[in-house]
Amino acid sequence: MTDHPPQALDKIRICDFTGQLAGAGATKILAAFGAQVIRVEDPVQRGKWDILRGVPPFVGEARGLEAGGAFNNHNAGKLGITLNLRDARAKELLRELVAVSDAVTENFAAGVMERLGFGYEDLRQIREDIVYVSNNGFGATGPYTSFKSWGPIAQAVSGLTFTSGLPDLPPAGWGYSFMDHTGGYYMATAVLMALLHRRRTGEGQWVDLACIEAAGTLNGVATLDATVNQRPMRRQGMPNSNRSQSPRMAPHGIWPTKGHDEWIAIAVRDDHDWKILSEIIGETWSCEDRWTHIETRLQAEDELEQLLTTWTANRNRQELAQELIDAGVPAAPVLKPQERIEFDHRTSELWVTVDHTEVGESRVEGLPVRMSETPWSVTRGAACLGEHNQYVFGELLGLGNTEIETLAEEGVI
Amino acid sequence: MTTPSSSSALSGYRVIELASERCALAGKLMADMGAEVIVVEPPEGCRTRSWEPFADDVSDIENSLHWWHYNTSKKSVVLNLETETGAQQFRSLVMTADVVIEAEPLRRLGTLGLDWNQFSEINSELIWTSVTHHGRDGTDPPATDLTLLAEGGPAWSCGYDDHEIPPVRGGGNQAFHTACHYAVPSILAALMWREDSGKGQLIDISLLNSSNATTEFATLWWLNAERQVERQTGRHALPTMTEWTQIQCADGRWFNTGVPPRNKREFQALRAWIEELGLVEQCSAYEILKLGDQFERIGLLELDEDPLAGEVFQAGRDAIEFLGQHLKAYDLFVGLQQRGMACGIVYSPDEMIDDPHFIERGFPEEIFYDTRNASHTHPGAPYRFSKTPWTVTRAPQLGEHQALLEGLA
Repeated sequence: MTDHPPQALDKIRICDFTGQLAGAGATKILAAFGAQVIRVEDPVQRGKWDILRGVPPFVGEARGLEAGGAFNNHNAGKLGITLNLRDARAKELLRELVAVSDAVTENFAAGVMERLGFGYEDLRQIREDIVYVSNNGFGATGPYTSFKSWGPIAQAVSGLTFTSGLPDLPPAGWGYSFMDHTGGYYMATAVLMALLHRRRTGEGQWVDLACIEAAGTLNGVATLDATVNQRPMRRQGMPNSNRSQSPRMAPHGIWPTKGHDEWIAIAVRDDHDWKILSEIIGETWSCEDRWTHIETRLQAEDELEQLLTTWTANRNRQELAQELIDAGVPAAPVLKPQERIEFDHRTSELWVTVDHTEVGESRVEGLPVRMSETPWSVTRGAACLGEHNQYVFGELLGLGNTEIETLAEEGVI
Repeated sequence: MTTPSSSSALSGYRVIELASERCALAGKLMADMGAEVIVVEPPEGCRTRSWEPFADDVSDIENSLHWWHYNTSKKSVVLNLETETGAQQFRSLVMTADVVIEAEPLRRLGTLGLDWNQFSEINSELIWTSVTHHGRDGTDPPATDLTLLAEGGPAWSCGYDDHEIPPVRGGGNQAFHTACHYAVPSILAALMWREDSGKGQLIDISLLNSSNATTEFATLWWLNAERQVERQTGRHALPTMTEWTQIQCADGRWFNTGVPPRNKREFQALRAWIEELGLVEQCSAYEILKLGDQFERIGLLELDEDPLAGEVFQAGRDAIEFLGQHLKAYDLFVGLQQRGMACGIVYSPDEMIDDPHFIERGFPEEIFYDTRNASHTHPGAPYRFSKTPWTVTRAPQLGEHQALLEGLA
């Protein structure tokens, strides 16, 4: 008996080649749900294929290969082994690992796994019912298969960058790799759907995930407006993503408040919200009949936004947001990182402390999810390079200590 | 309840979704992969049916493109949960379900006697999924996608170098999407566990924490170094300001320059392309690019230490900007990528779906609307399953599948 609750995926083992966020973010979720994720790294490159390994922000005062804070966050809870796949003995060990794994995951450029001799057909020869999920920007087929991608490129090509901005300005885009996060979510989903199918039918398969296609599904309404109504997104006054086109709301946006770079978001969903807001504003202009109906508010949205700016500019964003929420109008301060992480008690369960073998304790992101029977668990930081070679090659694959030492000395692991 | 077939990953699972913009994507992701997703609507229809834009700009509950997009492959039944008959039918329906997905106002279902607590003992295999503002035990402030992205972190990182301009909400209702992106893998994990344990469970997804978990470096810089990132036009928000990565090309379109050239091969490829285009005389960076032959690879740390490395690196960026002044964004995108340099054209969503690569991959999905005797192009599969492909049918009309309620206890 154990004191710990069961974990949803505690019978699942993943042979994991992912890195960065788009791939590693996926297997982090699987590990949090209890899967044994064995991350394979290249000892020759010292795992630096993952550009986040050993780069800032560093965990506290620590520095070096094991101290990358992003790497630690995205790989929390996984095991780490090294395999030099230029060596035939390493390839044999990988075959043995695949044979005892349920899924193989990777986000290399298209074609890398085939060149290593571990494409889907090769993997199937090792284990017929293997689940294989590949994840890259443009996918495994098509004219751009060789094209390279990062989060910002996936965002640019898919439309996510274009749809984030204000009129007559360049695209603002997403100020981070939203699509690396989200590509990881789709990858985790793909692995689980394929594993569930295998659990029920015994059939494995290959999932070809192109991050840009996943991203291309995230502005569906705008896409349909173009394909059904021939109304392209690239038109006068658009995009204006601080406004709301579907559903139509006005006023709807982000306004300056008292202080440096301090802002409040307000969304007036309907005429009822406006009535409340106009009374709170309580100025002559706000009580004019012309603003009573959504249609007339939309017709003079620029003017309305300008008037609202004069009203919000000298107010405290936290107090104003609370006043509006209490009255029933959606509002929120634009929170800064420290405010939402340290001071917003509603988020406290998301930030968890993990223990890392070399750099000690640090905080990472957990999951925004509660599960009553199989709660997620993130307790261990990322693995050091080759940290679990002894366990995986020894206990799992049955190699003796001498053999493992020899393989290490000869640069195979 | 669970009769799997070999052609569809989630076939045999029945999902009951209470219609809401906050959880609609979760139901869609499961329906498009073969689950039977029954969306329960009030008599007047889900409120999103009244949202613009409408097909042909004709306002009608069957014409909302929001409804069309988020409810593909689902079935619709109408139930008035406020009446005893409606509540009883809902109870009966839930007894046949594997999964329930709801984002109702807190305590609404409890008051009606239709919450998880009322079902967990009588349907012990049920997986109940609540999408809440910040937990079923929290409060329920009035909120929209905009306010969630503001208090959840993303807005702080998005916007322009000029901080007199407000932070920007990324388009597309991504706060709702992100909660659904956590809901679906959680449901799938719960289904996996149920296969062995026979037990269902309660899943509670926080919209606020979903956004908080999706801000990349804003959170990572704070958690690790207590430093605040600052928003920057078209690129990552970071504690310090960085160089531009977005340029406007000859056709006026914007372009993401990605990771600038850093090695000999890339510098040579750039030079060769400038020569091919006959633009050597006009390109001031061309001569400096030749010095790139001395660098197998310029490390980012060398930029400060080695003046020549810094100059060559800058010449690579200048050469791409120069090419952008002479080429259309699409030609720059394909030309640089074919020469091994990661970069991207800034497409609108409808332009992406028209790109030859995605057309060849079959990404645009034609869906037949028997109700209109016409086909319309939707965004296609987010992933390609070799054995259990994504399949999609049009969103249901209001109450189109009411017959499903017949014969329920």
